[in-house]
Amino acid sequence: MEKTVNQKAWFLILPVLLLVAFSAVIPLMTVVNYSVQDTFGNNQFFWAGLEWFEEMLRSERMWDALGRQLMFSAIILAIQVPLGVFIALNMPKSGFWSSFCLVMMSLPLLIPWNVVGTIWQIFGRVDIGLLGYTLDALGIPYNYTQNTFAAWVTIIVMDVWHWTSLVALLAFAGLKSIPDAYYQAAKIDQASRWAIFRYIELPKMMGVLMIAILLRFMDSFMIYTEPFVVTGGGPGNATTLLSIDLVKMALGQFDLGPAAAFSIMYYLVILLISYVFYTVMTNLDKKGG
Amino acid sequence: MSDATATSNPVIATAPTKRFKVKGSVIVMTLYLLFLMLPIYWLLNMSLKTNTEVLNEFTLWPRNLTFDNYIKILTDPSWYSGYINSIIYVVMNTAISLTVALPAAYAFSRYHFMGDKHLFFWLLTNRMAPPAVFALPFFQLYSSVGLFDTHIAVALAHCLFNVPLAVWILEGFMRGVPKEIDETAYIDGYSFGRFFVKIFMPLIASGIGVAAFFCFMFSWVELLLTRTLTSVDAKPISAIMTRTQGAAGIDWGVLAAAGVLTIIPGALVIYFVRNYIAKGFALGRV
Repeated sequence: MEKTVNQKAWFLILPVLLLVAFSAVIPLMTVVNYSVQDTFGNNQFFWAGLEWFEEMLRSERMWDALGRQLMFSAIILAIQVPLGVFIALNMPKSGFWSSFCLVMMSLPLLIPWNVVGTIWQIFGRVDIGLLGYTLDALGIPYNYTQNTFAAWVTIIVMDVWHWTSLVALLAFAGLKSIPDAYYQAAKIDQASRWAIFRYIELPKMMGVLMIAILLRFMDSFMIYTEPFVVTGGGPGNATTLLSIDLVKMALGQFDLGPAAAFSIMYYLVILLISYVFYTVMTNLDKKGG
Repeated sequence: MSDATATSNPVIATAPTKRFKVKGSVIVMTLYLLFLMLPIYWLLNMSLKTNTEVLNEFTLWPRNLTFDNYIKILTDPSWYSGYINSIIYVVMNTAISLTVALPAAYAFSRYHFMGDKHLFFWLLTNRMAPPAVFALPFFQLYSSVGLFDTHIAVALAHCLFNVPLAVWILEGFMRGVPKEIDETAYIDGYSFGRFFVKIFMPLIASGIGVAAFFCFMFSWVELLLTRTLTSVDAKPISAIMTRTQGAAGIDWGVLAAAGVLTIIPGALVIYFVRNYIAKGFALGRV
């Protein structure tokens, strides 16, 4: 659509700007303040410059958490994106069963995050959980509070359970927007199922798929509640992801300076990676018309 | 073999364009939905059992069906007030988010102005902000203005990610309304306010519904900020759930019942927006 130039449109944006300034800019500036100051209590602050940043960059604790976080997000994306597309391809295209699948699949998305954690905490318990009990009965050693591998499997399966439907829903919406004529043409050409997927469905899905990847990256990178409820970051520090570590530092130990420096670097990493996705996304938008 | 054919029949009837591979897709979908439903079923199952049965026997369905866990929650004010608190701040947040997002989305969808593209991306960056980063500054900000432990504090805090989301979703829907409608209305002598409320808003009613649903949903599922900003008066149900860890161990039945009750609001509204869910998650870009 052709847009007209109108500087007065700023007035329509004003309410949003004021609100977001209050709920985002002011808190963010507080964080910036803390990150360059030191305190001995009593509200006395001293200029510390970039000390906290240097300390955090040298701290093994943060690099470990970042490493675990990147591994978690990478595994999540590697499982959820192909699985989501696969599910979308298998969904009924219309009618009652299509709606049925949509509603059932959306259900996990609407459960409060700590309840998601609780559900899996219970489900995985060896004494009262269906999953834990079954694995135990089959003789597979499984204990997510003691065993690092089991803890990782639990939080990853939980996230797959929680969010794969989002990727599937978006891919499904992309699939539905493909006109029938494309399929008819493919049929005339006697294209294989793989060729249809590779040359018709995948390119047409690319736009929404990028959004799905962007959302899944962002949300998995700032995940806190679900793994915290299930494992509490343990065993040891095995599942202490960035957010869990940050909350421990800021609200648990009240190390304001390091926590603030940590926060800023954390936010910048998300912004940077998301900006790359966003640019790719808008470029795809333009190409698609 | 006969089993598979029997279950796939209704799908064949509704999707005539699909060929032989229908059977495979039915199996895939059945397995996937089973995977999604099993943990929820287990929670429901547990909420209908007594604690003795939960701990002492392993049963796939409740042997002694009991609703005591639900009765306990629905009659004890310290439990059900959590639901009321959650609903109050969720509704407040939805109302605030939509009120400020509607005019902004209109401006983004209709006009070019200085810095519009940067502003649009900047709004999205707030959706990317990890709540963990904001937990402490929010606590201090709202304490210093005397709003700590009030519903409005939580509602405002959730605006951080809900306002950008609402703007994005609404902008996507508004782009679909031809501009000629605006121009005709202005020629007919409508003022901007009257045109917006009387003509434009009914046209994007489904978009408003979807945006409201997403604000509702993300405010409902969030816990970290809510827990940080509340202590007694505005404590949400999800934070109260941690109370079940008493001296005598965890009250599993009540915990499960509370969990089931938090799923219900989402399950109720989801039916109405089922065809728009994807569009909402795609920030209006499908």
